[in-house]
Amino acid sequence: MDMLVVNNLYKSFGGVKAVSDINMTIDEGEIVGIIGPNGAGKTTFFNLLTGIYNPSSGDIVYKLKEEVSAKSFKPFKMTKYGVARTFQNIRLFKDMTVLENVLIGYHNNFKYGILSSIFHLSSYFKNEKKGNEEVTQLLKIFDLYDKKDTLSKNLPYGEQRKLEIARALASKPKLLLLDEPAAGMNANETKELTKLINWIRKEFDLTIILIEHDMSLVMDICEKLFVFDYGRLIAQGNPESIQKNPKVIKAYLGGE
Amino acid sequence: MKILNKKNILSILAILIVYAIVELLTHLGVIDSYIQLNLILIGINIILAVSLNLITGFTGQFSLGHAAFMSIGAYTSGIVTAKLGLPFIVGIIAAAVVASIAGIIIGIPTLRLRGDYLAIATLGFGEIVKIIAINNDYIGGAVGLNDIPQYTNWTWTYFLVVLTVFIIYNFIKSYHGRACIAIREDEIAAEAMGVNTTYYKILVFTIGAFFAGIAGALYANYFSFIKPDSFGFMKSVDILVIVVFGGLGSISGSIIGAIALSLISVFLQNIPELRMVIYAVILFLIMVYRPQGIMGNVELKLFNKKGGLNGYAGSK
Amino acid sequence: MIMEEIIQQIVNGVSLGSIYALIALGYTMVYGIIKLINFAHGDIYMIGAYVGFALTTFLKLGFFPALILSMVICAILGVIIEKVAYKPIRNSTRIAALITAISVSLFLEYGMMYFFKPDTRTFPSLLPDKQIKIFNTDAVLDIKNVYIIVVTISLMLLLQYVIHRTKVGKAMRAVSLDRDAAQLMGIDINKTISNTFAIGSALAGAAGVLVGTYYNSINPLMGVVPGLKAFVAAVIGGIGIIPGAVFGGFFLGITETTISSLGGSLYKDAVAFAILILVLLLKPNGFLGKDVKEKV
Repeated sequence: MDMLVVNNLYKSFGGVKAVSDINMTIDEGEIVGIIGPNGAGKTTFFNLLTGIYNPSSGDIVYKLKEEVSAKSFKPFKMTKYGVARTFQNIRLFKDMTVLENVLIGYHNNFKYGILSSIFHLSSYFKNEKKGNEEVTQLLKIFDLYDKKDTLSKNLPYGEQRKLEIARALASKPKLLLLDEPAAGMNANETKELTKLINWIRKEFDLTIILIEHDMSLVMDICEKLFVFDYGRLIAQGNPESIQKNPKVIKAYLGGE
Repeated sequence: MKILNKKNILSILAILIVYAIVELLTHLGVIDSYIQLNLILIGINIILAVSLNLITGFTGQFSLGHAAFMSIGAYTSGIVTAKLGLPFIVGIIAAAVVASIAGIIIGIPTLRLRGDYLAIATLGFGEIVKIIAINNDYIGGAVGLNDIPQYTNWTWTYFLVVLTVFIIYNFIKSYHGRACIAIREDEIAAEAMGVNTTYYKILVFTIGAFFAGIAGALYANYFSFIKPDSFGFMKSVDILVIVVFGGLGSISGSIIGAIALSLISVFLQNIPELRMVIYAVILFLIMVYRPQGIMGNVELKLFNKKGGLNGYAGSK
Repeated sequence: MIMEEIIQQIVNGVSLGSIYALIALGYTMVYGIIKLINFAHGDIYMIGAYVGFALTTFLKLGFFPALILSMVICAILGVIIEKVAYKPIRNSTRIAALITAISVSLFLEYGMMYFFKPDTRTFPSLLPDKQIKIFNTDAVLDIKNVYIIVVTISLMLLLQYVIHRTKVGKAMRAVSLDRDAAQLMGIDINKTISNTFAIGSALAGAAGVLVGTYYNSINPLMGVVPGLKAFVAAVIGGIGIIPGAVFGGFFLGITETTISSLGGSLYKDAVAFAILILVLLLKPNGFLGKDVKEKV
């Protein structure tokens, strides 16, 4: 069952084509990687998928919690559709604690109104209790529970990356977009992260798209790879075929 | 979980005791009318600072037009109580409602503006409100509105301060409040997590204006006389200074800041010629040596020992 | 009759716009380089007027010597303000920087009131009271208007030369584009910021002397409203963009005189701010500004 279909997607910034003519279908439960040299348009593609940029032309269709087909999405509605993401350059809420960061991820699962929040009616306590319990569970999975009251800016780098994933998961997504989750991690941390991604995918029944430069991670867990170069999709297939693809080798090593 | 838990009962007791002590001292003549005037001014400043803190401190939306909401509240209550002869409570509610409608209107530009640009737009809004008031003869024009019945007293002020602090504090401790703080921290990440930033920005301007309107009503019905100049750019700056001095994102900071700066201005009244010069120097020194304010973004904890912004953890 | 009215209003609008433009230039240059809304800038204009007043009243200097000397003194004052007040807060939050600028503004306004009395002073008449008829109509061109417009345009040309042709100007442009890169290229950041304040303040000082001679009256709070308006002008044109400040200044000056002549003088300040809000909403980076989107 396909859950994401991208049709003829274009995005240009003032005449410069950042992403052009992308066609892609992603099936439910897949874990796919997007690779390509720096500046190939990978993050722009994520920003198009999450409504941060509007496409110049083309269409994106999600079949998740509900079927949505639009040329553009509002970023804040993506979690409602079942899409959550992390960012390449870590965008945590720096002056909020670890727990509060994940509670923001849980935002749309809270169901009580402004009046209840102002007068702390019973729905406030019920919701906050449930939210805290579920978020606590997540923090334990990610080994962050002991640091739940630490300000997120004071976490070491690797744990900040993990916290961002936990925050995204708190929104209960069907599709998780990870933008360079292993960037800046050492080999050991990357190995651990690989295990974690595999585990959460099964545990939470997720489809995952990840952008990554770390080939060991990509080859290890991705079932399918998409290769971007100069904003175009130049190759797709399983990791073995991609490794042998001459176009891909050329894009990475340059020249004839 | 229960509303009447130990912590809440202690808080209510403390609130009532403070009120009773002031009442008692007033009856004994220890608090004379001059001290009472200053207590009421402090109360009005607390309401203004806490409500601006919601907008600027917690949600990160820079506003230099808070006095305009106060002005709208003051004139509304002035018209309702003086011209229409209705009771004070009607004036207060009307002031809050009309000001919050203005809050919605000024909230809309915030959707597109950030930082300094928003500050300037709100400044412009404040000036426009002032100029409209100056040119409106029904409300006395530049001369001002006179003969507003003096309804504001210590009791009204005190309980409206308590109400303001209670509501804004509770709001901040809810997921709605956390969403606002997330907007301050990183708007793009907040949106990606499902926070409707548009809705929350307008909401905080509306709530903030609501309470600034109440402060305006208290002001108008205490001094019996209001004029457009009282609510100009400088008043907005004064409120912002209290918030920054107390600590952006700290409600207890705003309360302490309002008390401290009101006291400073009482002392400066003895040297009227140098008052503003010294005020300027104090501002400058605060900004250079303690730009995060007295409290930073931390709350003063009286009864709950468990920290954190998360209300649930604190109220178990 | 109608034609004369229109010509007259254009002359008045351009004169007023010149003043706004001169002040707006300093705002825009300072914002471009340290991203600070220098609220004290309007007060430097006020001090420029007072210095001009002192030089012409007590030292009996003529118009041009007073203008130039006043510009020099304001330049020095601008540099001192930057060194004493703004340098310590260069890495603070925007809000702290803004409040610091407001504190400097209050200090200058009320310091002047304390030391030189809050009363309005009469600026001596320096320029001949001559009026020229335009195109044989009844519209008159006051010689003072000519001075304002000619001095403003000369200063703008000079500024354009400094910014595009000299080392100082190139350094200023480099720092406002990318401070870190400029520093790596060996540009002295502190010196460049000082230069920016000096030039911006000198222009404000010139505006102060021009207004003093035009309206013949000055007071310590005279900088507040024109300061805000000039800032509005800078934003309308696109803050940080030098031609934008000039455009915004003239645009605002002409709009205001037009509104006044149509009988809306009571609302002219409100209209200025309404234009500001509209521009911010429709073209947040000003008429001459470019659209920039935050990188995600």
